Amino acid sequence: MTVMSKNPAAAPAVQSGGKGAISIRNVTKIYDPGGVNVVAVDNCSLEIAPGEICMIVGPSGCGKTTLLNAIAGFHSITSGTIHLDGELLCGPDKPKAEQGADRIVVFQNGALFPWKTIRDNVAYGPIVQGRLSPVEARGKADHMLAEAGLHDVGDKYPGEVSSGMARRAEIVRALINDPRVLLLDEPYRAMDALTKSIMHEALLEMYDRTKVTIFFITHDLEESIFLGDRVVVMTTRPAQVKKIVDVRIPRPRNYKVLSSNEFRVLFAEAKDAVHEEAIKAFEAGERELA
Amino acid sequence: MSGDGTSSVAIQRGGGAPARPRAPTGIAYFQYVLNKKLRSPTPYLMALGIGGWILIYWLFSEVWNLPRFEKMPGPVAVISDWFSRKPFQGTSIFTETYYVHIWVSVRRIMIAFAIATAIGVPLGLIMGWSRRFKDYAFPILETLRPIPILAWVPLAILMFKGLETPVIFLATLASLFVTVLNTMLGVESIDEAYFRAAGCLGSKPRQVFWHVVIPGSLPFIFTGLQISMGVAWFSLVAAEMVSGDYGLGYLILSSYVNSVTVPMVIGMLTLGFVGWITSALVRMAGNQMMQWRTRALALEGR
Repeated sequence: MTVMSKNPAAAPAVQSGGKGAISIRNVTKIYDPGGVNVVAVDNCSLEIAPGEICMIVGPSGCGKTTLLNAIAGFHSITSGTIHLDGELLCGPDKPKAEQGADRIVVFQNGALFPWKTIRDNVAYGPIVQGRLSPVEARGKADHMLAEAGLHDVGDKYPGEVSSGMARRAEIVRALINDPRVLLLDEPYRAMDALTKSIMHEALLEMYDRTKVTIFFITHDLEESIFLGDRVVVMTTRPAQVKKIVDVRIPRPRNYKVLSSNEFRVLFAEAKDAVHEEAIKAFEAGERELA
Repeated sequence: MSGDGTSSVAIQRGGGAPARPRAPTGIAYFQYVLNKKLRSPTPYLMALGIGGWILIYWLFSEVWNLPRFEKMPGPVAVISDWFSRKPFQGTSIFTETYYVHIWVSVRRIMIAFAIATAIGVPLGLIMGWSRRFKDYAFPILETLRPIPILAWVPLAILMFKGLETPVIFLATLASLFVTVLNTMLGVESIDEAYFRAAGCLGSKPRQVFWHVVIPGSLPFIFTGLQISMGVAWFSLVAAEMVSGDYGLGYLILSSYVNSVTVPMVIGMLTLGFVGWITSALVRMAGNQMMQWRTRALALEGR
């Protein structure tokens, strides 16, 4: 909490006026595997503005994914509150948020349904929610896939396209629902640097069109500064906010930003904070929790 | 959108959309596959393997008359009777009873397999999906499953009248256990991420069942169905030997009892071929229903 008081949790005024403000207040999560209490997240507070790209960086197993799971409604929290646009998602009387299409997760290893074509994957949300008829939903899916540069892949199954295409299609599958928040859990972790840089530009382009709030977990500092409005560095477990780096590089950004002086300064600033925590995490040597 | 934005679109197009040559379809595709097969060593090795096996069988039983093989009808005796218009020992492809035996067995298998699948797949899906239902049902399944199917024979005869129903019951039972267990494991094998994704996208439980649980467990279900087809044949033949009037199991045992050994071997080989065909049919149905898997495996060259 001392860290937090130095760095007020108030959100910066980024593209405000939209929807998708997340307010995490004093959230604590305690797991008890085998009867031993493990504090995964300790009294963590963070305000995310509507339309912000908020990058969460921290050592492996520090509790970043725990926060994401709490927002998405996969796991309960022990204490504290999480609000979305002023509505309570989870809190003292309701430890686990309901899952809903206003907060959509893009998973680390990809979770396009392998048994559905890419078109049917993208059309899935509007169909099951009853917002569009199957025909309309498939039409919109084709349109959005084309907009994202994914031509002619609608008929293919996820197993037939590259991992980069599959991941982009997964983001389109989320965006077709017009969510308030996109929750990304290290989506580009397994990708090579070249594919990654193309994925980044594609994501930013989709962001520029939708201005959806993005909660993005990563290990990759370069990625976090290139994409983010703010980089939130977490401490090693139990997770708290250690440092928030404001990234004031103007948008739209392209890869040339990576070699700018401004970028290097921000990178060094964030690197120091992350490195310190990485050493602590390594010395603690604890097993990662989901 | 600025110039930078458009340039990134250009990058994506460059990576994604160059015209790909179309894959051959229809007869052209069949020719391609056939040519590829004929250029690989597989068909020749298979022919060699079958030829070698028959040669050894022939040498052991008809040329050298080795101990233990002297009473076994050799390939020449079996094949000449099997394809003879006037079979010496009474059974050939030209005798009507041969087809009656095959048909009776196949019909029993189809009924047993259909019942076992119709009950087993839904039961397994629900057991895999609902923790509570599994808690009720699993101990019973695990106690009944290890009982060898032959141990059920007396009970089956007591429970069901006639000759037909006990036999079908036994085959159904054996096949049912396999199907239930594999289907349940199939549901449990589905990656948690798919359930979470379905939840995020706004699915109701019924939709999760239909769009995630069923398609996600299909690979396990079809592996289970192939095994279940095998055990159905196994228990059918056992049951036909104990109680029956027709069927391949009955043909084999009655030939033995009447000391005509050639029809016995004909019955065995016929079982082998028919069993192979039924299990291939199940595999083909599986590939048809799981295009997503077939196509992805084809890309890996499998």
